[in-house]
Amino acid sequence: MTDLNVLFAGFGGQGILFAGKVMAYASMMEGKELSWLPSYGPEMRGGTASCSVCISDNTIGSPLVVNPDVLVAMNLPSLERFEKDVVPGGMIIVDSSIVKKDVSRTDVKVIRIDASKIAEDNGLKGAANMVILGRLFRETGFCSAENLDLGLQKSIPAKKINLLENNRKALSLGIES
Amino acid sequence: MNEKVLMKGNEAIAEAAIAAGCRHFFGYPITPQTEVAAYMSKRMPKIDGVYLQAESEVASINMVLGAGAAGVRVMTSTSSPGVSLMAEGISYLAGSDVPCLIVNVQRGGPGLGGIQPSQADYHQATKSTAHGDFHILVFAPSTVQETVDLISTAFDLGDKYRMPAMVLSDGMLGQMMEPVVLPEPKEPDNDSKEWAASGHQNKRAHNVVNSLYINPQELESLVIARYERYAEIEENHQMAEEYLADDADIIIVAYGSSSRVSRSAIDAARKQGIKVGMIRPITLWPFPKKVISKHAEHAKAFLSVEMSMGQMVDDVRLVVNGRVPVEFYGRTGGVIPTPKEILGEIVRINGGVQ
Repeated sequence: MTDLNVLFAGFGGQGILFAGKVMAYASMMEGKELSWLPSYGPEMRGGTASCSVCISDNTIGSPLVVNPDVLVAMNLPSLERFEKDVVPGGMIIVDSSIVKKDVSRTDVKVIRIDASKIAEDNGLKGAANMVILGRLFRETGFCSAENLDLGLQKSIPAKKINLLENNRKALSLGIES
Repeated sequence: MNEKVLMKGNEAIAEAAIAAGCRHFFGYPITPQTEVAAYMSKRMPKIDGVYLQAESEVASINMVLGAGAAGVRVMTSTSSPGVSLMAEGISYLAGSDVPCLIVNVQRGGPGLGGIQPSQADYHQATKSTAHGDFHILVFAPSTVQETVDLISTAFDLGDKYRMPAMVLSDGMLGQMMEPVVLPEPKEPDNDSKEWAASGHQNKRAHNVVNSLYINPQELESLVIARYERYAEIEENHQMAEEYLADDADIIIVAYGSSSRVSRSAIDAARKQGIKVGMIRPITLWPFPKKVISKHAEHAKAFLSVEMSMGQMVDDVRLVVNGRVPVEFYGRTGGVIPTPKEILGEIVRINGGVQ
């Protein structure tokens, strides 16, 4: 793998930015060049939150992902807005607990994962973002398992360290899904 | 060396300033800059520093003038409309020969404009910051690491030449996270500025920091002396990065965020066999005239790429001085150009280049 451009999108509050941050930190531990760019401003409040993560062996040019290799869509507006932008041969990962509509693209790999339900069934409500990230990790192998865990540890602020185990569990569920 | 960490551009600005020995911050919140102030409000009280949220940008810059006149390392940060409010104070700082750091995390304008990234304050930063004959140093980082590195350069050169320095960021660079290694922290130095109005304690002559000179001849000679310093800076402190420029037929000139998008476009164009490169100004004042002039000898065309309606392009044209065509491509109002759009411009220009 040389370059991987990922666009995470969903509702504000689904942990879109956090999922991107864990991926970014894990990639840094892996020794890659990377950037993490959030959407900011009023569109985050109730509307679509998104974040661009670029990983490369080389210097990152534009940090804004316009044509993602992987689109993570955690709600319907995100899928509808960004589906057409995914590069041919790329991948769309959808939280099928929330997005009932099928992906219309046929030239990309489509992964429908019941992320919110998997999280909730395991007492991890709100951790669908980590379930999806786990699956993204399995599909792309963007870093080693050790660095994924380190990335998670680095992303959780000291005050919220009690949430580490639940996030770990959610990641594992995604990897095994 | 410090550990590599992942940091938002805005927070990195604050931490880099603290590492550079800055213990005085005066500001007022405005998107997309607010994280700088928020970070400072948490950190400064823990390190015996001053964080003060003033009632406005006008008050903030005047507090900066006061602290700077007393000889301490001081800064403020804001976004585009805030700099307009600070204009008068910046002119007073320049006219009083008081160094300080002003950070502008640019957003779309004019007016209240928008809150998305922009580079439409180029003219304001480099030419029309406020009334009177003066310049400020202007640094334009393109990564979070470079932002960190330029904060201490801005402080140091500002102190050396006794003038305000600006770091011109934008909403994209401020909001994004990248890996960064912070510099080793320096202790604050509050005592080495011999001109500072910091209390003479009957041990030295009375220092006056002032920008009012009623006698025209006296004011003229002060301004002329200041312009001699500016000439020295233009001679010695132009900074730019050259990217694939040596063999290039087309040279993009772009700074900050638009230089990153341009870089992606250049990489794509090179794969098509088009000889395109970039000069990325790191100092906007002094403008990197020497390196642009050097490449104007072999390039067949220049393209200024900006997130504005075309401001820096004026300076590129002055340097190129008619030797080859200088074209412009820009998006404004908070819209970020895509690599594809810039590639389209490169291909179009290349079609006309023999």
